[in-house]
Amino acid sequence: MKFVQWLANIDRRILFLLIAASVIVPLLVPLGMPVKVTPQAEAIYEEVEALPSGSTVLVAFDYDPAAAPEVHPMGLAFLRHCFNKKHKVVIMALWPQGAQLAVSAMAEMTDEYDLEYGRDYVNLGYKAGGDIVIKSMGASIADVFPRDMAGRPTASLPLMKKISSLNDIDLIMALSAGDPGIPAWVRVANALFQKKVAGGCTAVSAPQFFPYLQTGQLLGLLGGLKGAAEYETLVERPDAATRRMDSQSIAHLVIIIFIIFANISYFILRRRPEASSGGAPGAPPPSP
Amino acid sequence: MDGLTLLGTWIAAILTLCILSFLYKDNPFYKFAEYLFVGISAGFWVAYQYHNLLVPNLIEPLFGSAQGKGALPLLLTEGQFDLRLLTIIAGLLGLTMLFRFIPKLAWVSRYGIAFSVGLGAGLFFVVFLQANCLAQIKGTIIPPVVITDGGVDVGSSLANSLLIIGVVSALIYFYFSKEHTGVLGGAAKLGIWFLMVSFGAAFGYTVMARISLLIGRMSFLIDDWIKGTLIALGLI
Repeated sequence: MKFVQWLANIDRRILFLLIAASVIVPLLVPLGMPVKVTPQAEAIYEEVEALPSGSTVLVAFDYDPAAAPEVHPMGLAFLRHCFNKKHKVVIMALWPQGAQLAVSAMAEMTDEYDLEYGRDYVNLGYKAGGDIVIKSMGASIADVFPRDMAGRPTASLPLMKKISSLNDIDLIMALSAGDPGIPAWVRVANALFQKKVAGGCTAVSAPQFFPYLQTGQLLGLLGGLKGAAEYETLVERPDAATRRMDSQSIAHLVIIIFIIFANISYFILRRRPEASSGGAPGAPPPSP
Repeated sequence: MDGLTLLGTWIAAILTLCILSFLYKDNPFYKFAEYLFVGISAGFWVAYQYHNLLVPNLIEPLFGSAQGKGALPLLLTEGQFDLRLLTIIAGLLGLTMLFRFIPKLAWVSRYGIAFSVGLGAGLFFVVFLQANCLAQIKGTIIPPVVITDGGVDVGSSLANSLLIIGVVSALIYFYFSKEHTGVLGGAAKLGIWFLMVSFGAAFGYTVMARISLLIGRMSFLIDDWIKGTLIALGLI
């Protein structure tokens, strides 16, 4: 009973230490735990595979540094897949800091691939307005982005000479940390222009997008670090997300164990109200 | 890693540790990092919004930029009306929003707000209805029993039935025009179970997200800060 009471009143700092250890140790000593690929991640992969070489893919970097640990790795994996397939990539952002994160992602890509700006990819930068930006892109991309991120006239870029509006885009990948993001792309690009939209998002926002997935409004979804690791597995290029999944799994295990312990101690102490009469924080209230 | 990047990494690492120190207990290091973050964020956003919103959408169209002449000089020197002059209306409507700071004139802000709300509603009412309502209703109109060439597809039939029952019972839970007793009460209780399962899934994803952020920070401290410093010092 003493152990149960100790468990019920455990100092939260002990939990913090255990979670920290469960995150740090696998980062230092990788366990190489397998990553199971879900159908929603595979659907995106298959769609990119099915596109003819040289197709145009729009990648929206609609997130900020706060969401980067989860969303950035999936962006890198997706870009690698596009460039492996020789697709052309148009980058833009509905979030201000997304455009800068795209620059950092493309810096990695240009190190790995022989890419020429303006021919293989363009970065149109950030535009405020969310849904209105997407809707206007349905009429003309150059009108919405008269200049790219570096200030060059969009119309002068070779890649953009072939792309006038969203109709010329074969696939949209919305990397999203909120709204504007996946919801805006689904609402406008999919519902209004019937464009194929895939999504990558933070884990916390993933559950709200499953209805879109079920109805086919989203063709696939990468949710959180796990989604990123799945895509890295699919493109056979394990990177940051795969490395970090060991920590994720071990931390989840620790949390699950403590949830089970907490519930067991709660139910035991609830049956014996006198045992919990210490008034310590975390102890269940006595039964009425 | 050059010296400046290393310095930035050290500042970021020390501030990360200051923030994490809150997990032990509230302390001056945490407060310092918190206030610094709030102040820098506010300054960053003001500058960012000015350069990325006001300059390209209002100032450059009206007064011109390095690339071309603005609409106002065009009007004043050559007498030509330019469509870009319409941005003055948008600018004025935006300006009305700032009247919120003057209590006696706060009502003026309603014009800007009314315009943006009206514009949003008018432009996206149909799109919202299509994407978030009609498509979802359509997604629920599915056969509870799926028959294929080989007979009944048990898995799909179960999934479809579960979806239909879940949607209907959850909707019944939110139907307040009749007391939740009898069949209606039973269905509402079932709806609660479905809602609880969805909240559980959402909670699971939330835990995953928070742990991912922690992993991101720890990864930064181990790889960028500690390993980066050791590499910069030529120790590894």
